[in-house]
Amino acid sequence: MGLLARARQDCVAALLDACGDRPAFDWLRAPEVGAVMVRGRTGGTGAPFNLGEMTVTRCALRLATGEVGHGYVQGRSKPAAEAAALVDALMHTDAAREVRAGVLGPLAREETARREARAQKAAATKVEFFTLVRGED
Amino acid sequence: MYVAVKGGERAIDAAHQWLAEERRGDTDVPEMSVAQIREQMRLAVNRVMAEGSLYDPDLAALAIKQARGDLIEAIFLIRAYRTTLPRFGASRPVDTDAMAVERRVSATFKDLPGGQILGPTFDYTHRLLDFKLAAEGEAPVAGRADTGVGHVPHVTGFLNREGLIEEQPSSDDTPPDLTREPLELPANRALRLQALTRADEGFTLGLAYSTQRGYARNHAFVGELRIGAVEVEMDIPELGFAISIGEVTLTECETVNQFKGSKTEPPQFTRGYGLVFGQTERKAISMALVDRALRWEELGEDNVGAPAQDAEFVLYHSDNIQATGFLEHIKLPHYVDFQSELELVRKLRRSAGAQDLQEAAE
Repeated sequence: MGLLARARQDCVAALLDACGDRPAFDWLRAPEVGAVMVRGRTGGTGAPFNLGEMTVTRCALRLATGEVGHGYVQGRSKPAAEAAALVDALMHTDAAREVRAGVLGPLAREETARREARAQKAAATKVEFFTLVRGED
Repeated sequence: MYVAVKGGERAIDAAHQWLAEERRGDTDVPEMSVAQIREQMRLAVNRVMAEGSLYDPDLAALAIKQARGDLIEAIFLIRAYRTTLPRFGASRPVDTDAMAVERRVSATFKDLPGGQILGPTFDYTHRLLDFKLAAEGEAPVAGRADTGVGHVPHVTGFLNREGLIEEQPSSDDTPPDLTREPLELPANRALRLQALTRADEGFTLGLAYSTQRGYARNHAFVGELRIGAVEVEMDIPELGFAISIGEVTLTECETVNQFKGSKTEPPQFTRGYGLVFGQTERKAISMALVDRALRWEELGEDNVGAPAQDAEFVLYHSDNIQATGFLEHIKLPHYVDFQSELELVRKLRRSAGAQDLQEAAE
């Protein structure tokens, strides 16, 4: 679900549609845009405090075959939340393998590549500072 | 006293139409898209997200476009939009130790595990205008190392091992939320940090600078400054477990401050903390300095009467939306108010004049 939440907004829907026709479903909770209060910890490890909110879109649905799917995605895209919930539901069906290969696999590869690229750029800026000898013993 | 005024609808409509035209500017120049602002004005977007207190780069970019680049106006738009959103809940506290670090520097330790990582910084640039940017050129490409940076541990962890720095004991208390209950004093540290992270950058910078210049000096070093992405996790009741609901880029600053000890605390280094949405390091460092200054009471330090030590002064004046709302309202119609003032001044002048005449006669 994390992959689905963090994916670029139109990505999941496009990958899902490439896997074939979408199954029939009913809404358990129609897509809604809201906010989640993000918390941090004092000093990184201490008591929690409220840092600020982020936008999140969520929904829940039930396939005609009975499987339930939940979608939680960052941002304000209702189609993205719908696609995420469908993927979540399909992972409980016989189509799981296909969906894993067609949607989750590409998302994971894209995310890994994106993170690795930034980590490599960061590593290229690693610096060694030398303290110059100041003349005293 | 406020009295409703009527009229002016036509003038107001015309003013707003003109505003829209001015916003667009010269139509011979291509219009800027929201995506362009999001990608190329990213530090402005970050400031609007941090002080608007809502992490959504597309919305922040839209607000900047609508506000014609007036960032406080853009923050105002974001704050107003935020109030229309239902709150789904609160995240688990983010784990900044697990941050995918893009920048990490320490002014206190030269050689530290994980290394000094400069990241995409303005530091060490010569601050000379680059006229090449005025011409269209090819997109620059960053260099890459063969392997990326791995896990980068927090610097304060090393000092902790010697017991030379104050501990930050963990807890799972629910923090107070100033967006839900009015900010009341005394404010605990969690509430102060929430106020500071959304505080105006300029105000926070000025206060932090005042502590460096001697108003409640606390000898701050940047123990660590790190910027990077962290995952946000939330417990989902209907699922019964926590899931990742997204990723946010944060700037975290930990200052290490000299401390001679007090009645209750041994001599050790103390800490100030800054954590802000986006790549916003000036703000995060400022926040850490002001946080440390506000801790004088719990650390048993003297109150020297410095502005940065005064929680009421800091917290009640740091929010630029509250400040600009009250400041700018005085330009709106106050005709009845002013009319009464006018009457009063005339009356005073009449009686003063009468007195002068009387004195002259005597």
